[in-house]
Amino acid sequence: MMEPGLYHVLIISTALFFIGVFGFLTRRNLITMLMSIELVLNSVNINFIAFNKYAWPNKLDGLFFSIFVIAIAAAEAAVAIAIIINLYRSHQSIDVENAADLKF
Amino acid sequence: MLNDFLLLMKSELVLAFILFLLLIIKVAAEVKNERLLALIQILLLGNFIYGFFFIQNGSLFGGMYTTNGLIAFQKSILSLGIYLISLLFSDWLKKSEHLIEFFILLLSAVMGMFFLISSESLLMFYLSLELATIPVAAMANFDLHKKISSEASMKMILSSALSSGVLLFGISLIYGATGTLNFSAIPALLDGTGVQILAFIFLFTAFAFKLSIVPFHLWTADVYEGSPIAVTSFLSVISKGSIAFILLTTLYKVFAPMHGLWYNMVMLLSIITMIVGNLFALRQQNIKRFLAFSSIAQVGFILVGISSNSILGTASVVYFVLVYVFSNLAAFGVAGVISQHSGKERIEDYRGLYQTNPFISWVLALALFSLAGIPPTAGFFGKLFLITAGAFKGNYFFITVAALNMIISLYYYLRVIRAVFMDSNEQPIGKINLDISTKLGMIICGAGIVLLGLLSWVYDYITALSI
Repeated sequence: MMEPGLYHVLIISTALFFIGVFGFLTRRNLITMLMSIELVLNSVNINFIAFNKYAWPNKLDGLFFSIFVIAIAAAEAAVAIAIIINLYRSHQSIDVENAADLKF
Repeated sequence: MLNDFLLLMKSELVLAFILFLLLIIKVAAEVKNERLLALIQILLLGNFIYGFFFIQNGSLFGGMYTTNGLIAFQKSILSLGIYLISLLFSDWLKKSEHLIEFFILLLSAVMGMFFLISSESLLMFYLSLELATIPVAAMANFDLHKKISSEASMKMILSSALSSGVLLFGISLIYGATGTLNFSAIPALLDGTGVQILAFIFLFTAFAFKLSIVPFHLWTADVYEGSPIAVTSFLSVISKGSIAFILLTTLYKVFAPMHGLWYNMVMLLSIITMIVGNLFALRQQNIKRFLAFSSIAQVGFILVGISSNSILGTASVVYFVLVYVFSNLAAFGVAGVISQHSGKERIEDYRGLYQTNPFISWVLALALFSLAGIPPTAGFFGKLFLITAGAFKGNYFFITVAALNMIISLYYYLRVIRAVFMDSNEQPIGKINLDISTKLGMIICGAGIVLLGLLSWVYDYITALSI
């Protein structure tokens, strides 16, 4: 039985990051796009905790940072959902394709 | 100890005081918008003046927060900007149903920017960056009944959330590679391995998003067009300025060992930014979109100054942002007044403006001359110092491209001036009765544009602070 090392965790977190970015770029529903951003932020949390455990076991900065990231993500989601509700009131839809009045 | 704390964080504490005062007024009293706005203007003026007193050097919170003369001066520039916004858009603000909420959001964003400029650790940097962007996204939605306003706000919150995700990934890689988050400890531990270069690219991408440097500029024009003009001007002047200041610190201090790498990146992005910003500005018909692309081109010029990696670079960028506050706010102020009184935002509607409204035409002309960089105005000296700072590197191809872009930009700025002064129009915009505080704001902006170019001690003062 092999112990999981830093590289295993990093592969997971990097994959999660790019899945999040891919979802953000391809999905057209605003709530799903918000969920994709949560994936990106959580991949960062995994990164911080993995670095803290494997690379710098006697420091605490990474753990603190991940707690702050969780808190800020909640605040960001609150504002984003308020904005999405307002968008739904004016457009009757939360699909980004319908909110495309502003173009170059 | 407490004394230190009070004096070092004085600018943030004053803002927090104003914020709480506004909250109490909101809960406790019914005040008319006119009187409330006058109170807020006085408070913001007091905040600006107070910024010049009791300046100290030092750091707090275990080295997470730092302040010195230059940082205090940068904060004063931002305070001046919010004071001018409260003056210039008083017509719009008085009619707003949510005046207090607007200023609460605005002041919390500015407080985030103050902490951002003062941050000395990546944790502080991230937290304050979020505090500086999330309220602005809510502010972009302030025209609640307009469809484009909610669309603009949606675009802003989503793109800034993605960019902060990218930023965080970069920060986590830096933490993994160096084991510290402190700005002063990182440079000694950087040795240019692959992980660090990747982390730097992620971090710079996030900066490019916030500053709207070209491959990452696509949200800018949409958000600028959809938001209320007061918010647009805040975004394009104050938030850009604060991010440019922290970019200076990050590149010059934290990533100093990687200078060879970032010089090439900054040069390339600066060239693309100037060219794309200028070419897209040529074809815009809406004044807000036009100013958005012109502000993208201006960011390209700021990057020319940043690329120099010297005291001259810091001084020229700070001076340019100071000039930019006056000139861009004057242009947005005029656009805001016209949009408020006639609902017109297209450049062709501005034809014949000089016949009916000579005063605001002159303010607009002065602002646009300054943005284009024509000699008697301060904008010329701002660009001159930026390009001089960039030229010390000896890369004359880069400087030539920058100078050529100044000439392209002349074309579209003068197009607006021609429409205002020379074209005739059967139905020009009617005579506009300016509010006294709007007029005061425009006079301050105009005086700033003229005087900053003539008074050489301002630049000398900034250079003396930059050391």
